[in-house]
Amino acid sequence: MASSFSRILSSKRNVGILSLVGGSVAAGFLLHREHASAGEPLRRRYPASAEYPDLRKHNNCMASNLTPAIYSKLCDKVTPNGYTLDQAIQTGVDNPGHPFIKTVGMVAGDEESYEVFADLLDPVIKERHNGYDARTMKHPTDLDSGKIHSGQFDERYVLSSRVRTGRSIRGLSLPPACTRAERREVERVVVDALAGLKGDLTGRYYSLTQMTDKEQQQLIDDHFLFDKPVSPLLTCAGMARDWPDARGIWHNNEKTFLIWVNEEDHTRVISMEKGGNMKRVFERFCRGLKEVERLIQERGWEFMWNERLGYILTCPSNLGTGLRAGVHVKLPLLSKDPRFSKILENLRLQKRGTGGVDTAAVGGIFDISNLDRLGQSEVQLVQTVVDGVNYLIECEKKLERGQDIKVPPPIKQIK
Amino acid sequence: MTKNCHNDYKMKFTADEEFPDLSLHNNHMAKALTKEIYDKLRGKSTPSGFTLDDVIQTGVDNPGHPFIMTVGCVAGDEETYEVFKDLLDPVISDRHGGYKPTDKHKTDLNFENLKGGDDLDPNYVLSSRVRTGRSIKGFTLPPHNSRGERRGIEKLSIEALASLEGEFKGKYYPLGGMTDAEQEQLIADHFLFDKPVSPLLTCAGMARDWPDARGIWHNDNKTFLVWVNEEDHLRVISMQKGGNMKEVFRRFCVGLQKIEEIFKKHNHGFMWNEHLGYILTCPSNLGTGLRGGVHVKLPKLSTHAKFEEILTRLRLQKRGTGGVDTASVGGVFDISNADRLGSSEVDQVQLVVDGVKLMVEMEKKLEKGESIDGMIPAQK
Repeated sequence: MASSFSRILSSKRNVGILSLVGGSVAAGFLLHREHASAGEPLRRRYPASAEYPDLRKHNNCMASNLTPAIYSKLCDKVTPNGYTLDQAIQTGVDNPGHPFIKTVGMVAGDEESYEVFADLLDPVIKERHNGYDARTMKHPTDLDSGKIHSGQFDERYVLSSRVRTGRSIRGLSLPPACTRAERREVERVVVDALAGLKGDLTGRYYSLTQMTDKEQQQLIDDHFLFDKPVSPLLTCAGMARDWPDARGIWHNNEKTFLIWVNEEDHTRVISMEKGGNMKRVFERFCRGLKEVERLIQERGWEFMWNERLGYILTCPSNLGTGLRAGVHVKLPLLSKDPRFSKILENLRLQKRGTGGVDTAAVGGIFDISNLDRLGQSEVQLVQTVVDGVNYLIECEKKLERGQDIKVPPPIKQIK
Repeated sequence: MTKNCHNDYKMKFTADEEFPDLSLHNNHMAKALTKEIYDKLRGKSTPSGFTLDDVIQTGVDNPGHPFIMTVGCVAGDEETYEVFKDLLDPVISDRHGGYKPTDKHKTDLNFENLKGGDDLDPNYVLSSRVRTGRSIKGFTLPPHNSRGERRGIEKLSIEALASLEGEFKGKYYPLGGMTDAEQEQLIADHFLFDKPVSPLLTCAGMARDWPDARGIWHNDNKTFLVWVNEEDHLRVISMQKGGNMKEVFRRFCVGLQKIEEIFKKHNHGFMWNEHLGYILTCPSNLGTGLRGGVHVKLPKLSTHAKFEEILTRLRLQKRGTGGVDTASVGGVFDISNADRLGSSEVDQVQLVVDGVKLMVEMEKKLEKGESIDGMIPAQK
């Protein structure tokens, strides 16, 4: 079974090294994918002006940045495995805008998309990530959890703590574009590696196609089970194709470390636990991630990463760290204060309901997490959440005592 | 020829590695697609770049419909039916009563050949309607077409329809550009079609770029209606209240032929061949693409033990009054022809006219408390 893949990926180590020393990823792949009909333009029947999408009613980052000139320049380009601009932007064309948040409106089909379509992706990244200039800046990666301080929250307020990120397997296309064979290979690579985890990380894999009803119910009760995407943001990008083929969930026996396989990204890695010990959640997160990385490297694979964009994921919003660190926290008084949004904004935090993105808060309990993903390291972002949540709890306590609170000054974004 | 780089890349994986998991599936594609056929066809692509995986994606993503056996595959262009014959011929045969690759399909849009149909009892038959689809030669189909092509289809359609006169004089309403008032009116007239929500269609890519280049045209009399760029390039509908199916069919045939002439003048006639008749996106609509039907009150007959059998023998099917996948309300059913390929338009509408006439008589008998056993028809 591995035969086709070892043929294709015989030079993947070299490609990885090229990327790490800052060589152009696209060039790397063009050199090493000997089968590639890479970069050959598609033959188009209509001129770019006839194909340019109608974005007049649209409000997403893609629509804000896709000029007719950029479209014209990129519309005939294709990545080495055949992904096109029209495919990358389809989700943004089909979904004009989200009422509450400005969506990104495009995805990557593979690692090379970020190079081949850089003329569009760079401005989108800049807009989405607070002015981050992918052409000139470098993204810091830091998974040393020992650096976190004050990472134990008051558990009268913080009910649970969680850190998630995504990781992509270099050499395989991303969920919008992957073939069934590639998706199955992602599953094989990841599940094989996870079987090597030990100690508190020992666990098992539940394939979506093969789990029993009982297993399914347990996973639902544990709030672990992910379902076929229904959001048109994802389905229009082709991420739900062939569902549930090669999708699954792995978790450790202690139910504190969890990996989703082939949902919106190759993998989503989650560390979580009840209570307020964010430091321990992050420690396990970092340890688990590094161990998984070591295990896949042993088998000749690696994660998609480069020094200008950090970890490469499907959605440009998740570049860099791909990290969302958050808590479920009780803030009934603070959340009713008219300054709440401003306080969050200045602390570089966002609020969600306890059902996750696009849900409402229940009983004054909010999901509070970092806003930023790219331009700061994992340690920096988690510290931001720790400091911010501690501040919010202090505000809540002040309001309980009838004292007034202060809106903190905005913290510096890109450090 | 448009190069499909993605398909070339995919060929590096073996057929075994790429073959879809169809173990839980129940649709025509899943029944017909063997590993051998997959292996044989996966390297092919139509001149416009449509591939086997494109054909079958909707069937892979939608394992099965609880009540009806879905087709599970679509065409991306006219050539799909040739290039992927090895899969589509068995699908067509299974779906269309054993239709063979060597069979010829008869087209007959001569409304004068229809016998009767002007005397269906309006106390029972509330409305009559005939619809079909047409694809415009030289353009790829909704699962595959680009925005440029879809706009080209719309432009051509608007020109063609704008030149119609007399009873066919009408107006085009682009979906993206209609006013609220126009939208309200189209909804009230039951004309407005919405963005497809059925995963059978969305997984086949037919809702891409919505509502770009989609629209509705109808005549001033509101009896002849054309949908542009929904599931097919064109859906053509003739309808009116009451039971005068003869008149509905006359207007249908006359209007269709007028439209076809105009498209031919622009060097873009309709896709048609003598084996498959009119070429449409879904293999289930090949042949005539015609669904001729009525909304008819059959509260007693519909609860009769032999109702289903009567329908089968008459070569008819029932739906609720909301169309496919809806339930009937108040004993009112949508009754239409079950066949599309292998018989002509006149044949199929004749079956509807004769069959509905018989069923209304049965209903009347049942109202009087009489038996209908003597009226059960032979298999048509």
